[in-house]
This record gives sequence, C-alpha cells and structure tokens, in this order.
Amino acid sequence: MKKIKFIFIIIFFVFSAQKLLLANNSLLVDKISKNLRCLICQGQSVYDSQSDFALSMKLLIKKKIKEGESEEQIYDYLKNQYGEWIVYDPEFDKKNLVLWMFPLILFIIGGLLIYRKVFFN
Amino acid sequence: MKKKIVYFCIFSLFFFIFVIFYLGLNKQNYYTPNEIKNKKLAIFIGNELYSNEEFNSDEIIKNNKFTLINLWSSWCVPCRSEHPILMNLSENTNLYVIGLNYKDKKNNSIKFINQFGNPFSIILTDPNGIISISLGAYGVPETFLVNNKSEIIKKYIGPLTNRNLLEINNIIN
Repeated sequence: MKKIKFIFIIIFFVFSAQKLLLANNSLLVDKISKNLRCLICQGQSVYDSQSDFALSMKLLIKKKIKEGESEEQIYDYLKNQYGEWIVYDPEFDKKNLVLWMFPLILFIIGGLLIYRKVFFN
Repeated sequence: MKKKIVYFCIFSLFFFIFVIFYLGLNKQNYYTPNEIKNKKLAIFIGNELYSNEEFNSDEIIKNNKFTLINLWSSWCVPCRSEHPILMNLSENTNLYVIGLNYKDKKNNSIKFINQFGNPFSIILTDPNGIISISLGAYGVPETFLVNNKSEIIKKYIGPLTNRNLLEINNIIN
C-alpha cells in the first residue's frame, strides 16, 4: 500500500512539474509576442493579432523556445529577418537620440530653474 | 524684455511642433522592409506536395543557376493573377521554380494546379507557415529570386507583374 502511494505521489509530481514547465513556456511566448509588431495589421501586436502571419510567428517562437533559445536570441533573429521595426521596444541609436534625451534634458533644465528659484531668491 | 523672451519661446515651441506634425502628415506610415541585397536566404526543409518526400532547399539552390521561390496558396486571390506570369517564367530553362504552398489543404492546392497549370519545378508545403517566417516573408504571394550561392537578388512582396517578369528575365538571361 505504501509503495502504491509512493508511486502515485511520484507520478503526480512528474505531471505537475511538466505542466508547470509548459505553462512557463507559454507565458514566455505571450511576453515575446506582445513585444512584436504584426506586419500585416500594423499597430497591433503579434499577441493580439489573428492574421496568418501572427499565428505562424507565435508557432515559430514556441518552436525556438523549445529548442532552448533565449528571449534575446529570438528578438535578434527576427530583427535580422524583418528589420528593427518589428520590435516595439526601439534600441537606442543615433536616429532616436533626441527622443531618448529630450525628457532628460527637460528634467535637468527644470531642476536648474527650481534650484535657482529656491536658493537665489 | 522678459515677457518678450517668454513669448518668443512659446512661439518657437509651437512653430517647432507645427513643423514636426506637418512633416509627419506627409510621411507614409506603412512599413515595408528595405530591399534586401546580397542577404542569404535561410535554408529550409520542406515536404513535397504529392509524394510527401523531404527536400532540402540548399541542395536545390546549389544545383541551379537561378532559383525562384514563390509563396502561394489556393485560397489566395492575388496568386491567381500572378499565375500566368509564373507559367511564362517556367518556360525559361535558366530558372528553377520552387512553389512553397503556404497554409493550404492538399486537395485544394492540387485542384488549383490542375485548373490553372503547374509552373513549378517542385512544390514544397508549409502547412503552418513557419518556413515562410524563417525566410522573412509576410504572407502570400511573395517571391524570392536567388542565385546558386543562396544570395537573394530580388524579393517581391505581393503578386508579380509584367514589369517584374521583364526584370527577372533580364537578370537570368
């Protein structure tokens, strides 16, 4: 009886571990596909879109994760295929330098103004 | 004096924003990728439509001077309009035409081929669209012209036109 219990517990753990692993994988697929732009219905993410392109893309991501590729590797692969436009999170480069720096500059100028007002008046 | 500077600042800010938005109005917002030149086409393995036999794209491309890879599907309407052009291209002996059957049912694709003719030297299937994504394609129809080193010479998104036909003929002859 004890043995049967033991086996039962082991089977239970194996199955739940597998389920948990699978759940983790699909969470990662969701996370990656939310950060990808669907190139057919632009403005929608691959996660939201039901176009053939997006459905295939999700399958490909799933396959790549199964093969053991990391999130970064998958992004790099897709950027290489479709260009940087496919990811929603743009990289820091010359073209968008102003966009990235502008809030920071504004923040510093504002800070200086407040500093002057407080300490020199 | 101070007031003037403030007015000037506000005015120039609005002017700046106006110019940015005005330029943005004329900018086309729909993204199409830059022409990919001298980029290598990914190697893929596909099953043949009729026999289900596996074929490696690399072996086919290596053994032919030029290979045209055409993504098509029986449910795709623009594919019908480009079909006569593919038929025309298939007569050229310098060109090997691979048809990549995108997300299609076997019966329907065979029906399509029987109805309109078979321009393809070989038809490989892509039942879930993964091969197409790995090639960097968007959907159907899409066409790649590659040389025997797997380098992409031309990529056509959407149906082929008569102008594309002339261009391809100029390249391969």
